[in-house]
Amino acid sequence: MEERKEEIKFEEAISRLEEIVRRLESGDVPLEDAISLYKKGLELSAVCHGKLQAAEKQLVTLIGEDGSQTPFNPANGGTRNE
Amino acid sequence: MDNPYLSVAALNRYIKRKFDADIHLRDVYVKGELSNVKLHSSGHIYFTLKDEKSRINAAMFRGNASKLKFRPEEGMNVLVRGDVNVYEAAGQYQLYANSMQPDGVGELYIAFEQLKERLGKEGLFNPQWKQPIPRFPGKVGVVTAPTGAAVRDICTTLARRYPLAEVLLFPAVVQGENAASSIVSAIRKANDFGGIDVLIVGRGGGSIEDLWAFNEEPVVREIFSSRIPVISAVGHETDTVISDFVADLRAPTPTAAAEMAVPDSVELARRILEVKSRMHQSLLGRMRQETRRLEALESSYPLQFPERLYRPFAERLDALEERFLQSAQRLIGDRRHAAVNLDTRLHARSPGVLIDAAKDRTDRLGRELERNARETVKLHGRTFASSLRTLQALNPLAVMERGYSIVRSGDRVVKSAAALSAGDRIGISFRDGTAEAEVLSTAEGKDGNT
Repeated sequence: MEERKEEIKFEEAISRLEEIVRRLESGDVPLEDAISLYKKGLELSAVCHGKLQAAEKQLVTLIGEDGSQTPFNPANGGTRNE
Repeated sequence: MDNPYLSVAALNRYIKRKFDADIHLRDVYVKGELSNVKLHSSGHIYFTLKDEKSRINAAMFRGNASKLKFRPEEGMNVLVRGDVNVYEAAGQYQLYANSMQPDGVGELYIAFEQLKERLGKEGLFNPQWKQPIPRFPGKVGVVTAPTGAAVRDICTTLARRYPLAEVLLFPAVVQGENAASSIVSAIRKANDFGGIDVLIVGRGGGSIEDLWAFNEEPVVREIFSSRIPVISAVGHETDTVISDFVADLRAPTPTAAAEMAVPDSVELARRILEVKSRMHQSLLGRMRQETRRLEALESSYPLQFPERLYRPFAERLDALEERFLQSAQRLIGDRRHAAVNLDTRLHARSPGVLIDAAKDRTDRLGRELERNARETVKLHGRTFASSLRTLQALNPLAVMERGYSIVRSGDRVVKSAAALSAGDRIGISFRDGTAEAEVLSTAEGKDGNT
């Protein structure tokens, strides 16, 4: 389960979260399911927040003519930072 | 007033006021051919705008002149927008141009229009080909020059809004002779790279010639056939290139393209919080609702007086129990009665009793037999004596003692005279013997002697 959380993509997490809210708000879910959906929703929102906060610095990679990959720093006028 | 002559300056000032007052002259659109073009070192441009019938002096000051995307040349047909006013010093009225553009005869313009029309007819711009831009791209591809404002704007905007996404920069030459093939190759490389969710293709502002690569057919077709959704971001808002028509989404600037490519993480975080709170509210509401339902049920009549639920059943149970007991007792009573009955009957048939009864009966019958026998003997005794007396009276021998005899004819006793005829032979029995005789005659009457 922990591993799954790591694997889940942000898009999937937020889509599932939205689906959960939609279902909860539709009100046609049995109470037990509603509670487990709520728990799942809390997990997913934590995952989403976590992912948003974890990505402090964006990874920018320059793909060379030959397909080589180089870290790229756009801040200093596009020159490579390493 | 006695001097009617005006100074020249006053006259020109007067005329200038007339021009100033005319609202139509403040903003005019004029088309014509350029001639006497002078590009002054100050940056101002002086020229004459003419057609077959007339001409007007014109000027464009540095501020506006620097924005021109083309170089005004002799004989060029242009569209000019500006105002008309008087240059007092020379006593000339002039057209002061704010903007100028080639009047639809430019080579590039024609090429642009022709390609746009052809590809449009081919259907490359049809909405049906537009791919949706994913909401949360994991990888954003960027095809642009690795140096300059565009790449910086794109990268800083992406980093500010959505650092979650990985950015892959496919550098391309974006102006000049090799630009088109370089851009095509970069787009292709991005598609081959795999896993890229959205591709920004573009460059910063520049002259129409600078942006021209994005009007070239190979670039337009490469954008069209890209499997990755493409956001075009070429030049400034006012610049339009054919890549914009064929791209899945058109951004007015590179910064705007980056904004369109990714969601804003701050906004996202806020939305996730909101979603969380909605979820919470929704569940809370649900719990309240269920609690109310439960309470309503608990206070309902049957649950308040649960014994009323089973009372009818208890009553029925009691009645059944009662009936059961009664019928059981009746059944037992019947059986017991039958048993007693059988016992009595059995006892009645016990051998001792039977023997006693038989003995009694034997005794009684014996006594009866004895009495009957005695009475019979007595009765018979009396009958015998009487019979004996009768018998004695009837004894023929005794009669014959008294003189009577018996006549026989053959074996028969002759009791009537009529039974005999003359000549019949008869036997006569006497007390002491017999005689044979022959009948002489017969006569009727008593004793035969009457």
